[in-house]
Amino acid sequence: MAHDATHAHDAIPAHDGHGQPGGIMRWLTTTNHKDIGSLYLWFAGTMFLVAGSFALVIRAELFQPGLQVVHPDFFNQMTTLHGLIMVFGVIMPAWAGFANWQIPLMIGAPDMAFPRMNNWGFWLLPVAGFLLLLGLFMPGGAAAGGWTMYPPLFVQGGISYDLTIFAIHILGASSIMGSINIITTVLNMRAPGMTLMKMPLFVWTWLITAYLLIATVPVLAGAVTMLLTDRHFDTHFFNPAGGGDPVMFQHIFWFFGHPEVYILILPAFGVVSQIIPTFARKPLFGYASMVYATASIAILSFIVWAHHMFTVGMPAAAQLFFMYSTMLIAVPTGVKVFNWVATMWKGSMTFETPMLFAIAFVCLFTIGGFSGLVCAMTPVDIQIHDTYYVVAHFHYVLVSGALFAIIAGVYYWLPKWTGHMYDEKLGKLHFWLSVISMNVTFFPMHFLGLAGMPRRYADYALQFAEFNMIASIGAFIFGFSQLIFLAVIIKAIRGGRKASDQVWEGAQGLEWTVPSPAPYHTFETAPVVK
Amino acid sequence: MASQTGGYYLPAPSHWPIVGSVALALMALGATFMMNGLGGGWVLWLGLAVLALMLFGWFGTVIGESVSGKHNKQVDQSFRWGMSWFIFSEVMFFGAFFGALFYMRVLAVPWLGSGDTMEQLWRGYTATWPTAGPGLAADGYKFTPMGAWGIPAINTLLLLTSGATVTWAHWGLKKSKRGQLILGLFLTVALGLSFLGLQAYEYVHAYRELGLTLGAGAYGATFFMLTGFHGFHVTVGTLMLIVILGRSIKGHFTAEHHFGFEGVAWYWHFVDVVWLGLFIFVYWLV
Ligand code: HEM
Ligand SMILES: [Cu+2]
Repeated sequence: MAHDATHAHDAIPAHDGHGQPGGIMRWLTTTNHKDIGSLYLWFAGTMFLVAGSFALVIRAELFQPGLQVVHPDFFNQMTTLHGLIMVFGVIMPAWAGFANWQIPLMIGAPDMAFPRMNNWGFWLLPVAGFLLLLGLFMPGGAAAGGWTMYPPLFVQGGISYDLTIFAIHILGASSIMGSINIITTVLNMRAPGMTLMKMPLFVWTWLITAYLLIATVPVLAGAVTMLLTDRHFDTHFFNPAGGGDPVMFQHIFWFFGHPEVYILILPAFGVVSQIIPTFARKPLFGYASMVYATASIAILSFIVWAHHMFTVGMPAAAQLFFMYSTMLIAVPTGVKVFNWVATMWKGSMTFETPMLFAIAFVCLFTIGGFSGLVCAMTPVDIQIHDTYYVVAHFHYVLVSGALFAIIAGVYYWLPKWTGHMYDEKLGKLHFWLSVISMNVTFFPMHFLGLAGMPRRYADYALQFAEFNMIASIGAFIFGFSQLIFLAVIIKAIRGGRKASDQVWEGAQGLEWTVPSPAPYHTFETAPVVK
Repeated sequence: MASQTGGYYLPAPSHWPIVGSVALALMALGATFMMNGLGGGWVLWLGLAVLALMLFGWFGTVIGESVSGKHNKQVDQSFRWGMSWFIFSEVMFFGAFFGALFYMRVLAVPWLGSGDTMEQLWRGYTATWPTAGPGLAADGYKFTPMGAWGIPAINTLLLLTSGATVTWAHWGLKKSKRGQLILGLFLTVALGLSFLGLQAYEYVHAYRELGLTLGAGAYGATFFMLTGFHGFHVTVGTLMLIVILGRSIKGHFTAEHHFGFEGVAWYWHFVDVVWLGLFIFVYWLV
């Protein structure tokens, strides 16, 4: 340790890559925001393949009625792990990866505010992923209580349920550290002249996302801690015999859970707000209203949680309150959609892959928003709650919403990260296959849900057979299309047409003023923003 | 607020974070195996030891950097933001348990006493707080709630006084009066330790004489989880106070540059405020 300290002393004054350990130690010990950003993104990509293959197990089983591929209990493990890993192991780490790479570049900072804590925030994720997946090899298999972890089921399960609870704790610690780092970086490390209302929207959306994370993740930690003590330490938080209530878990969980879905989507709003102006060659329409809309979505997201619980038997006044507050969120969301469309209006648009994904985002996310409004109406939701309609809703906002924005962002900034243009032909192929198969997979789920097919079952009545078959075919095409994405990324890392500094003709902002690939250290002396 | 970025201290690569990750992995595995009766207690302790090593090494490094003058104004400002948001996250963590307390007291327990179904299940349950719940009551479970005006009131006084002594120490630091700084911190640590001692005594009393345990239904669960997590935070806060007491004796702090001190003081005040909430809602208003 003493040795290490002196070693650090040598390396610091130079402020550059000297004294950098090589090989695996570089990645284990790195304090560089670009290294850490890449780690986050690769982790998210890997977990995407893992959780994606779980989804294909689900769709294989649901290809036909009856039980043919897996045991129902294993099916439930797959839905649980698919949900948990996609939310906590794919979308959130991917956004953290973008934040790490882009925020310092976009605000002209030399790095993140707390580089060592930044490293820890990442290296907690593999631990949590390991604990989650370890459950598969435990007696009784992985946790099978759903990603929402409701008691009493989650109190009754076996050893892997404890592993899941600890995984959530560790993921929470990671999120809180990452968020503290992002907020501090944005508030304290901006280049001179970069006032708050000049910040790129991606930075704004992440600032607000980080606030949501710090406000809600500790609440989730509290909720799973109560699960743990109910499981092992004789408390009765969720047991009516002791004066507790299983519904209380749902309240606490969704107090976290609804802001969480905005945590997943706000950075997507940010990325799309960067991409559309670039390829429409016009400044973003209504910048200030975008900022205010983001903030109001964040505030409202704290008072709508019980729209996930319309069937638990709440008092009518509460049902009404949560119905109206939920519908209110559609207003700022509508402002955003309007602004994106208005930005494109009369723009000189070109349709490179990032723009294609961004446009698909605007259209398909809006479908998800509308189905959300349908769910928000209490009398309607009492019919469709826990059916495939809800599954359709949240996959429109999460797959064609959050995930498409992640993909769009990767295409958009890949030339800046690697220094090479990606293969536009393969990119377009990836886009068309994804956008078509995504709709083939999830659109029929609306019909299934309206017809009454419940979610989270390994089997179903014969009348649902056709739409399920169509959905499964779409899912397999979607899944395998993502291998093209992987190929495009690897190809761009290996080589390709040299990217210019600005990369895209219409691109504006500090990140396009540094060379491509962005050097290991950027903005060591702050740029001045006018 | 946007300020110069030149000269912002960026640390070299560090192995402490990954050591911390190993520690948490060991702790999670050890605890899981232990709770499921598979042994593994030693894995948990090993994890804790590695975590302690990591905290020592990491904070030691940061202190070294601070003392050698690497932290300029802007870095100091980062620490301030970081600590504030960390405390906010802690507030929300306690919020979850306060939320559970209010939900059970105001909603869940009265519902249990009024529902028709409950009339069938647990007839004659009088849903008044404090309660161990209808099922436990039907089984004859009895406990005495913790009174507010014995130890808890003394503990309130101890913590409030400790908030004053730490502020007095801060005044000493700002006026470069070393004696006042060290005495103030010493008193704060002593008050914190006394609080913990009394709290431990209260727990023993609750388990031995009052029948008040973690298993005492809604009241027992919220009582011990809230006061337990608070006690844990007092423990951490006291350890942090001991560290800055040591640093004060070594002369690490100057009147202008002492965020290490202030961060701990903020944390201590936060723990104090949480206690006031506990005193009112857990002890007093029963
Ligand atoms: C206009 C905006 C939105 C509205 C009005 C809305 C409304 C709703 C409602 C009422 C439900 C509960 C349905 C039920 O369980 O019966 C729901 C579920 C869900 N929503 Fe949304 N939503 C919106 C946007 C989003 C966004 C942006 C995301 C994520 C990016 C999202 C993710 C989810 C998820 C994951 C669930 C299901 C959770 C579960 O039960 O597993 N929603 N939504
Ligand atoms: Cu929601």
